[in-house]
Amino acid sequence: MAIISRGFIGRRPEVDPSRLPPGQYVAHDFPVLSAGPTPRISLDKWRFEMTGLIDAPRSWSWDEFNALPSETVTLDIHCVTKWSKLDTTWTGVSVDTLLEGVVTEATHIMASSYGGYTTNLPLADVMGGRAWVATAYDKQLLHPEHGGPARLLVPHLYFWKSAKWVRGIELLAQDQRGFWERNGYHDYGDPWREQRYWGD
Amino acid sequence: MDWLTARVISKRDETPRVRSIVFDCPMWKGHMAGQHVDIRLTAEDGYQAQRSYSIASSPEDDHLILTIERLQDGEVSPYLFDELAPGDELEMRGPIGRHFAWTPETVGPLMMIAGGSGVVPFRAMLRHRRANHVVTPARLVYSARTIRDVIYREELDDIEGPEGTEVVLVLTRAQPDGWKGFDRRIDAEILSEVTWAPGDKPKTYVCGPTAFVETVANCLVDLGHEPESIKTERFGPTG
Repeated sequence: MAIISRGFIGRRPEVDPSRLPPGQYVAHDFPVLSAGPTPRISLDKWRFEMTGLIDAPRSWSWDEFNALPSETVTLDIHCVTKWSKLDTTWTGVSVDTLLEGVVTEATHIMASSYGGYTTNLPLADVMGGRAWVATAYDKQLLHPEHGGPARLLVPHLYFWKSAKWVRGIELLAQDQRGFWERNGYHDYGDPWREQRYWGD
Repeated sequence: MDWLTARVISKRDETPRVRSIVFDCPMWKGHMAGQHVDIRLTAEDGYQAQRSYSIASSPEDDHLILTIERLQDGEVSPYLFDELAPGDELEMRGPIGRHFAWTPETVGPLMMIAGGSGVVPFRAMLRHRRANHVVTPARLVYSARTIRDVIYREELDDIEGPEGTEVVLVLTRAQPDGWKGFDRRIDAEILSEVTWAPGDKPKTYVCGPTAFVETVANCLVDLGHEPESIKTERFGPTG
């Protein structure tokens, strides 16, 4: 039974409440959260790599990556620190496109980033049109603070799963914990079930 | 992670816009200096709001203390600042965030760089350090607008000196008469003066508003510090 705070009114969301997972509020700015300094990544050296349990590893340079078919999507994002941002527009390459024709027995992936960040996800969660590697936000090249040149975008999970500065995906035979997942955050991170921390 | 009941014991003014709230939370299982909690408020009609706050108390302290800045357009902080009274209860869970935490076993000088209420987790680290008689040097560089905006001012005066702790105040907007310290926003020049050289292998923690943390972390990397040696905690203007 929750404790009622007498005199607390709060601010009801000005959006359809069904779009807001429990414990979230609508942010109008775009907060930045990361564990360390923003890495500096030169586009000449940037690569996106797919490794691990894969018949033949794949790798793209910046130009090669930008030649892939891209999609522009508008969707809601939910950060574990409680803010949600609705109707955000991103452009990127669907992970389905990157995985096209891949033969693998993998069940999970580890996304890794320039700067050393990692995060784990079930492979199924980045397939079926539910995940992208985004290179633009609001039709502009993705700003480094928000993960540019490229970040993973998996909007149905808390936003730490959408690894900033992503450099690759490793296909794994079993789940392993990434950076925040080792530091107390939930392995899966479904905002609708409020899976923020270990044990949620 | 379970929600726990926390009861307000007392509140105290830190600055005109910042108050510390002392809680009794019997089920609390302890924390590391630098971690934070989530709190959840429920309105009479069942509406709930949650926010995260850094823990200001050291693991050894008798009570859990949160230090809250009253944000003008905030949903939760004005209630905590203005309305919440001794005896009131609310829900709390934590501790959260094992990354931005400092323990006495941490090797190397402790460098803390705070903007505004970003000083809160560093109070926990400083107190924890003192309680454990840690002798590796520690330095807090703390940027505030004016001397009146300095949170924990007396305690910081008191904590400076023993066991090699230094506190460097930076006052960006107005300075008292005769002020000899830094009087502008933290920049590369200030940082090169007040931080240890990368060769001394400091462990650096930066906490404050996003723009502050971005600037400081970028300058530190420019000065040659390993990105892996810099931990950041940022908070946006929402709350």
